[in-house]
Parts: sequence; C-alpha cells; structure tokens
Amino acid sequence: MTAWDFTAVVWILSFVAGFLGALTGLGGGVIVVPALTLALGVNIKYAIGASLVSVIATSSGAAAAYVREGFSNIRIGMFLEIATTLGAILGAFLAGRIGTHALAIIFGLVLIQAAYQSFKGTQGGDLPVDSDALARRLRFGGAYPVDGNSQEYGVRNVPAGFGLMFGAGALSGLLGIGSGAVKVIAMDRAMHIPFKVSTTTSNFMIGVTAAASAGIYLSRGFIDPRVAMPVMLGVLGGALLGAKVLVHAPVRTLRAVFAIVILALAIEMIVNGITGRV
Amino acid sequence: MNDRRLENIIGRLLQTGVLLAAAIVIAGGAFYLIQHHSDRTDYRAFVPGSQDLRTLPGIVRSAAHFHSEGLIQFGLLLLIATPVARVAMAMVGFALERDRLYTVVSLIVLLILAFSLVRAT
Repeated sequence: MTAWDFTAVVWILSFVAGFLGALTGLGGGVIVVPALTLALGVNIKYAIGASLVSVIATSSGAAAAYVREGFSNIRIGMFLEIATTLGAILGAFLAGRIGTHALAIIFGLVLIQAAYQSFKGTQGGDLPVDSDALARRLRFGGAYPVDGNSQEYGVRNVPAGFGLMFGAGALSGLLGIGSGAVKVIAMDRAMHIPFKVSTTTSNFMIGVTAAASAGIYLSRGFIDPRVAMPVMLGVLGGALLGAKVLVHAPVRTLRAVFAIVILALAIEMIVNGITGRV
Repeated sequence: MNDRRLENIIGRLLQTGVLLAAAIVIAGGAFYLIQHHSDRTDYRAFVPGSQDLRTLPGIVRSAAHFHSEGLIQFGLLLLIATPVARVAMAMVGFALERDRLYTVVSLIVLLILAFSLVRAT
C-alpha cells in the first residue's frame, strides 16, 4: 500500500469510528485500534499510540459544548484525576513491557466488556443521595439543572470511586483508549453521582488522563506521525459530526449493532493474539 | 469569578487549541503526502523512530526546519498540551477563588502530568 492509499483508508476508517463512538458514547478508540491492527496489519503499539492522541482531541474538542450544558463537576473531576493520571502512568509503562500478542488479548477482553455494556445500555442510577463525611469535607456536592429547576446531589464512597478511577486510568494508559465507560461506572454506580453529571465529568477527565500517558508513549515511539495524522484528523472530524446529529439518531438500534460489531472485533483480536498473528 | 464562568473560558480556549493543533497536523500531513505519496508503507513491525520525533527538543527542531513529520508531531504535541493547560487554568481559577484545597489538588495533577512529559525530553 502506498502512503497516499494508507492515509486515505485510515482517515475514512477513523472518521467512521469517531462518528459511531460519539453516537454510542463509547469513544472512537475501541474501534480504531482493532480496525488498524486487523484490517491494515498495523502494529498494535502504533495503533494505540494514534488512538490515544485522538482521545485527547475529542475530549478537548467537546469541552466547550459540555460546559455549556452545566452538568460537569470540576471539583470531583480534578480530585479523581489524581487517581486516573497515576493509573495512566502505570498503564503506559506496562504497555512498553508487555508483548504485542498479550496486548491484543487484553484489548479483546476489554472489548467484550464494552460490547456487553453497549448492548445492555446505560441508564441512570438511583435518586440523589446525601453526601457522606469524606465527600462533605472535599465539598463534592453540587447541583444540576432538571426541567428548569436546580437539583442538588451528594456524593458517597469516595475511596471506592478513587480505586476504580485508578483502574480506569491504567486501562487507558495500557490500551490507548479513553475508558470513559469505567469512569462513568465509578461515579454513577460507586459514588452515587447523577448519571448526567457522571458522563460529562468523565469527558472532562478523559483528556487529562490520556495526556498523562502521552509523554511516555511519545518517548517510546508509540506515536508515529504517519499513522497518528489520519487517525487524529479522522476521529476528530467524525466525533464533531456525531455530536451534531446525536439528537436525531436512533441510538438504541445503533447501540445494538455497535455491540455486535465490537463483539466480532473482540473475538478476532483474541484469536489473532493467541495464534500470534497480531 | 465562579466555577461556571471559569469553565466556559477554559472550554473555549481548549477548542481553539484543538483547532490550531489540527491545522498544523493538516499542514504537516499535506507536506508529507506531497513528498512521500508513493512510498511503500509497512507498519507490521514496531521500530521506535528517530529521536527527532520522540523528544520535545527533537520535535521542535524538526518542525522549525519544516520537516513534514516533525510538523505533524509538533501539532500532536500542541494537542497533548491542551488538557495540561486545562488543569493549569483550573488551578489559577481555584487560587483566585482562594480555594486552597483545590489549588493543591490541581497542583498535584499538574505535577503528575509533568512527570510523564519530562520522560520525553
């Protein structure tokens, strides 16, 4: 394949991945990495390096839109970023030590979890709760708009959420993905933060988490400009378009289709990892 | 200055940073395709590239000489800097609000990010 063909094919693939990732809320990384490795034979280390860069682009690019909605909680986000960035550094170090085949197998397992979550759909947790002692000391509580009124909420189980966030960061650094789904689980399920606040705060955290592993990726040579250029531009373009049409999209059907696609990619990643072809 | 206004300003600055980074990557990509469009590509084997594309001083030097791959890498570096700037601006905002706890929390995150980026110098 010539450089011109490679750039064009990767750009189109990445655009579709970014578009679907924005519509389903799972991000572009989970499709871009298997697409590059399975369809184009790109080494998984270049693929996760390019994916990580595109994760930062979508997170920072969408920041203004998310802030306008008024849901995100900057204090919770900043505090939990201590956990995600430390995890990301650990994950990025591991990515340099683990072999290519093992990385492919781990990626496949994470994809199966993503497929399951996409199929099941994500719904809001319980009603708002009162903050516990630690969350009160950290001034985590806040309010968000519901039907024109301001709904107050509290936060609980900070240590459990902090631990899960460390895991989310490690996964992000190891596989070059945003791992937004794990971040939402940590906030929504473990800490009882309202779903909308969890998802928008998670977007705020994804870029910072990815930046923590980016320096290590760069120094190890994971970020190859010839691969990262079309991936970053494609995913960013697709994500911006996806955010625009999100309101009119048949999200439920899309999620089901998406789940099947990811599951197929997951199985192929694992099989290729085991047989040593990736 | 309240949290909301602060976040609004930060959000806009980030968007500008991303667009600027994308513009530089597009420029570098155009140079690259003009010079190398019919090169054979093979990314099957992982070979860490030259130091010029893996370290901050190397990337800046290479971009200043208008090397296509150096320009792309410089754009990506700018992109990586946007979330770091987000944390730095939030820290300044917390300091202006005299919120000591969250100024320190932001500083810790900033130091962790710096640790990672220093690896690439």
